[in-house]
Amino acid sequence: MSAAGPVIEARDLGRDYEVGGGLFRDPGIVRAVAGTSFSVEAGKTLAVVGESGCGKSTLARLVTMIEEPTSGSFAIAGTEVTPDRWAELRTDVQIVFQDPYGSLNLRQKVGQILEEPLKINRPRMTAKERRAKGLEMMRLVNLREEHYDRYPHMFSGGQRQRIAVGRALMLEPKLLVLDEPVSALDLSIQSQILNLLNDLQERLDLAYLFISHDLSVVRHVADDILVMYLGRPVEFGPKDEIFDAPRHPYTKALISATPSADPAQRRERIKLVGELPSPLAAPPGCPFAPRCWKARDRCRDERPAMEGEPHPAACFFPEA
Amino acid sequence: MADASAQTGKQMIGTRPSRLRDFWNSFRENRGAVIGLYVFLAFLLVAVFAPLIAPYSPSAQFRDAILQPPVWQDGGTWQFALGTDAVGRDMLSRLIHGARFSFFVGIVVVVVAVTGGVIIGLIAGFAPSWLDALIMRLMDIILAFPSLLLALVLVAVLGPTLLNAMIAIALVLQPHYVRLTRASVMSERSKDYVTASRVAGAGRLRLMFITVLPNCLAPIIVQAALSFSTAILDAAALGFLGMGAQPPTPEWGTMLADAREFVLRAWWVVTFPGIAILVTVLAINLMGDGLRDALDPKLKRS
Repeated sequence: MSAAGPVIEARDLGRDYEVGGGLFRDPGIVRAVAGTSFSVEAGKTLAVVGESGCGKSTLARLVTMIEEPTSGSFAIAGTEVTPDRWAELRTDVQIVFQDPYGSLNLRQKVGQILEEPLKINRPRMTAKERRAKGLEMMRLVNLREEHYDRYPHMFSGGQRQRIAVGRALMLEPKLLVLDEPVSALDLSIQSQILNLLNDLQERLDLAYLFISHDLSVVRHVADDILVMYLGRPVEFGPKDEIFDAPRHPYTKALISATPSADPAQRRERIKLVGELPSPLAAPPGCPFAPRCWKARDRCRDERPAMEGEPHPAACFFPEA
Repeated sequence: MADASAQTGKQMIGTRPSRLRDFWNSFRENRGAVIGLYVFLAFLLVAVFAPLIAPYSPSAQFRDAILQPPVWQDGGTWQFALGTDAVGRDMLSRLIHGARFSFFVGIVVVVVAVTGGVIIGLIAGFAPSWLDALIMRLMDIILAFPSLLLALVLVAVLGPTLLNAMIAIALVLQPHYVRLTRASVMSERSKDYVTASRVAGAGRLRLMFITVLPNCLAPIIVQAALSFSTAILDAAALGFLGMGAQPPTPEWGTMLADAREFVLRAWWVVTFPGIAILVTVLAINLMGDGLRDALDPKLKRS
């Protein structure tokens, strides 16, 4: 993990799905993700934000090599990712899911859950070595040794999420995809998991792809932020710039919708009207145009590119 | 300090019932199921120790005691407690030995049907959609036939022996397992823990048998228990129709068929095999129902 470049670099990543389609009907095409470019360095966190249905989780499935991108490409630690190299690159990217109740196999003990990745990927390791590594990982994620022989149903949500984090780290990945890792947890447990993640990142020099819709969490963990809308990136930049001077109107609206803990600070709340357009019939111009208060004719006809200073945003009439 | 933590550890183990204990506790709530279980166990013992329990050999003929009534009727003796059949064989001995055949049929049929059905179901659940559709339509075709009729045809083709009858019944029961397994696989496959296994690099076989299958077992176990009785019943039916075990095998269905012509003269030759079938099937069904209640978390009372 040298400074040889980004751990992951994605260029124009996209994924289409065919939906519907019957004997007499052409299938519709859903662009779940399109034209997404980003990169993450070791030890850094890129937060991907946006409302539900904007393609965040599809992005996670692409990056973790569960699905193949239909356009664009990405490289992990400098190696171009193609399906025939999935097997060898698998160990570099691991994932933690949102729901700690569905992400653990209820028929396996904690020890087995932690050791399964080793069993698959390190066939020459002996059972004793695996157990030692499993116990070490349990210490790392603050679980006690006696938890080794217990089943997941005996744990609380926060403990389960720590097991899930432990499992993801067993193969010593370079990049950890965190798909809303705390949104299913209580507030007090959330900070506990976030602190654990922060701690692990420092210790292991991990790169995080942090997917979330909760901007207050993102503000806490992110270095960079990628804002997505309807499968497309609309703004990408360092955290402070995005929060202090959002350029895309959508980002501005998102930030204005985060609750603030400071009652003295009165902010103008931007209320968006209308619904997210159907991804089956995405508007030809800017996808945000139907809900944007600044939209003009040009916005509805032409799709803005990601460009501009100080950080790129996909808007013809940026805020700043 | 260490002592105290060991103590709390022990207490935790004490308060958290193990999986088996948990299962037994919820199984025990259903009284019918427990009775079914005991009857089933009694039959199992009888079947295992048949040669030791039975007073005579099932094929020994006592020519001076033909169609002797059971002991509580006029003319009955303790020598033949449940009477004798048309060629002077002891009914009790034959019934006890018949239990062996019934259990043999049940176990073999269920093992064959479950193994085949689960493997085909797993393949269908993981296969590309065209193969899945092919397998499921094939199973639909098998299910579309009345099961006994199909078994009858198969036995007619293969030849009327007990072994062929078992093969036929297993084939007829198999689609149920295929559908059951496929349905559970489909619902489990989309869960996050399966995806996590895939991200960790698990191959297809590992996903099928180690990750997904253990999570699909509960309904399969229940179905296996219930079709144990179906197998016994179908084997008896085939035996009755002359397409299963052949006389002089003391199989319950075959015994019924042999005794048909004496229904009016000697009621005991048909009644006792019939009761034996009834009680066994009833006990297994009761047990299976209890099993379902205990294993299916959706029906569990909390």
